[in-house]
Amino acid sequence: METRSQFMRTFLPHLREDLAAHAQASSDPGEGWFVPIGGRLLPAPPAPIPSRVVDVISRSSGTVRVGEKAPPFTLRTTPDQSVSLDDFVGDPIVLAFYPADWSPVCSDQMVLYNELLPEFAEHNAVILGISVDNVWCHQAFSRDRMLSFPLLADFEPKGTVARAYGVYREKDGLCERALFLLDPEGILRWTYVSPIGVNPGAAGILRALESLRAARRAAA
Amino acid sequence: MSNEFVVELDPPVGDRDHFLGSPSAPVTLVEYGDFECLPCSQAYPVIRDIRESLGDRLRLVFRNFPLSTVHPHAQHAAEAAEAAGGQRRFWQMHDALFEQQRQLSDRHLRLYASQSGLDMDRFNREMAGHAWAPAVREHFLGGVRSAVSGTPTFFINGVQYVGLIDVLSLRMAIEDAA
Repeated sequence: METRSQFMRTFLPHLREDLAAHAQASSDPGEGWFVPIGGRLLPAPPAPIPSRVVDVISRSSGTVRVGEKAPPFTLRTTPDQSVSLDDFVGDPIVLAFYPADWSPVCSDQMVLYNELLPEFAEHNAVILGISVDNVWCHQAFSRDRMLSFPLLADFEPKGTVARAYGVYREKDGLCERALFLLDPEGILRWTYVSPIGVNPGAAGILRALESLRAARRAAA
Repeated sequence: MSNEFVVELDPPVGDRDHFLGSPSAPVTLVEYGDFECLPCSQAYPVIRDIRESLGDRLRLVFRNFPLSTVHPHAQHAAEAAEAAGGQRRFWQMHDALFEQQRQLSDRHLRLYASQSGLDMDRFNREMAGHAWAPAVREHFLGGVRSAVSGTPTFFINGVQYVGLIDVLSLRMAIEDAA
């Protein structure tokens, strides 16, 4: 009995702090930015772990605020195709910034979103993954994981869009694991920055899409 | 707009779930799993050991969370388990799928169905018509709403478990919830 309560008292809080610490203080991408699934740790749920759910994201050169127009951008998605935010005006847009192709947490996250494309489509929502990887890396990753939505390369000048959205990690040279929901007019409606090693899942996105739909119906 | 995440199990455990163990058990362990996921098949003997040692004190529930994007057989395997559930043989099929995870082609699914004693005409008809696909999708979306982002994910009395998947850790967490 004592062992049990000792475990709950000491180990679990530490585990959670460790996971959260990845987000706060990691300077070593080799260890810091993914949950060691190989070490039999589960992808952790977002809620019990300190994370930053905020209405204003301000860092490096960029500041974005809920209720304001999201910064426009054009990024390459394949070696010969580009995607602009303007291309999707009229539909809700989910921007999923993630640290890197291939890392275990990112790929779980992108695979989950791929599974949920029918649900996003019900909201007419477009989902775009964004990382600082280049188009060739995205192409290989996307083919390997059979992803059916675009991955955008915030590659050159590196992290420009992530900076504009306030989610670039200068010391790591990566973007945060951050979610943004833009309404059909391109106004930012919801943001979530996950601890970088924690898959934020899709519960927040789906709820935000539902809230957006409800708000627009009420206004109509 | 709310920024809160769902942390507790939604939907809660109900009549439509597949149960193993006593309905009066003080602890219900819910697994969201994918029959083609390696960590899930590694968790399978862990859960079996825990069930054996806790007996009537634990009730197990399994819900499907197939990640078809990376596991091409996972969806059919989940439908096969549900089809078996429709004939009250869910757990036989569940065990067969995890024990033979490397062999999940449709031909193998029919073999396990037959070995589980299913009415094969009904099984084949339901599989061909994807009769259980909506039920599998309902599990999946419930998992997504409960902040499941990968497999296996466990809930102990409705609260998501964060920690190691080994007999000691998981059992301690279960006993703490009892």
